[in-house]
Amino acid sequence: MYEFDIITPNSIDAAKSEFDAAEDGQFLAGGQTLIPVLKQRLAMPSDLIDLEHVHGLSGISASGDTISIKAMTRHTEVAADHEVQAAIPALAKLANGIGDMHVRNRGTIGGSIANNDPAADYPAAVLALHATIVTDRREILADHFFTGMFETALEEGELITEIHFPIPEAASYMKFANPATRYALVGVMVAKSHNNVRVAITGAGPCVFRDAEMEQALMGNFSPESIKDGMIPADDLNTDIHASREYRAHLISVMVRRAVAEAVG
Amino acid sequence: MPLITVHVNGVETTKEVEPRTLLSTFIREELKLTGTHVGCDTSQCGACVVSIDGKTIKSCASFAWQFDGAKIQTIEGLANGTELHPMQEAFRTHHGLQCGFCTPGMVMTAVALVENNPDISENGIREGLEGNICRCTGYQNIIDAVKTGAKAMRG
Repeated sequence: MYEFDIITPNSIDAAKSEFDAAEDGQFLAGGQTLIPVLKQRLAMPSDLIDLEHVHGLSGISASGDTISIKAMTRHTEVAADHEVQAAIPALAKLANGIGDMHVRNRGTIGGSIANNDPAADYPAAVLALHATIVTDRREILADHFFTGMFETALEEGELITEIHFPIPEAASYMKFANPATRYALVGVMVAKSHNNVRVAITGAGPCVFRDAEMEQALMGNFSPESIKDGMIPADDLNTDIHASREYRAHLISVMVRRAVAEAVG
Repeated sequence: MPLITVHVNGVETTKEVEPRTLLSTFIREELKLTGTHVGCDTSQCGACVVSIDGKTIKSCASFAWQFDGAKIQTIEGLANGTELHPMQEAFRTHHGLQCGFCTPGMVMTAVALVENNPDISENGIREGLEGNICRCTGYQNIIDAVKTGAKAMRG
């Protein structure tokens, strides 16, 4: 690991000014991706700006039709939160399936979303639930947030403060996990609200994405039978030692059907 | 360099650490507590699991300075003198190990699982151990050990 300095601010304003003052600053959230990246010398920040002690960056609140989760809230906390479990059980289930218990005790929702790993779980929830990402300078709709592999709409030094999840009528997350890493080979979040259905798929492509054809089919008839094999072409999907693109395409249809079946109840 | 104070297995220690010193390195090389093992060093195998204020983490995926003021428990802190912790005793009884390299992380994880859920099911044990890898593939005896250890911990 290359050398770096550490800064431990206790306010968002201080974190921002420290970032601006650093030669090549990097925010540190739960560190479950960043620390392994540093160990492999794939990044060389001059300063790590630790968000652990920043006031007002952790916690969960429910108000009417929205669940709000602050950026530094750990996966364990989301999974165990009674309001999340009651309002969006699929989100609690998703959080409880990230990595393993030890990773969930450290990893944060803000870190996961900012990193936008192609096989991360949270991006599927953010996109399917039509969440809003609140930063220190603006609000970004999920549809505009995930822009590519490990790429987001976040600008240099922009800090996620919280995520607002509208509470859906029904939602379900189904993951076909890599048996070793527990990352999603394919993860599917299906969310239904009023007459709208959103289907977000992670793990299968370079970046989380929605599928318009499946959404249209489910808006016509919210039933597993609406999802046919081959609805998603394999061409642009990931292919690696764990699964071919054709297998991932097949898994998507299977996982969407399972998610819809669970959401219907 | 940051000066940190940690309470490890009930003993308070104050030391300077480099920002890039991993918690696992600090525990093994500064505190000389070599029961915490570094297996994969890529935060997958779980041999380096320690407990921080009652929550298990992978010490190879965190920096020592992040735990200034924290209570850290390592495998050395489980036994009461020469009397093994019930979970350690259960691993011995069931031979829940072959080479033993993964055992410190397995035992720390098992204790946390049972503390969080005293009536944990076999399925809960299997799922709860997903972050701990045993390359000797001795899982069956590990499951048996955790079941017995859980019963003993319930008293």
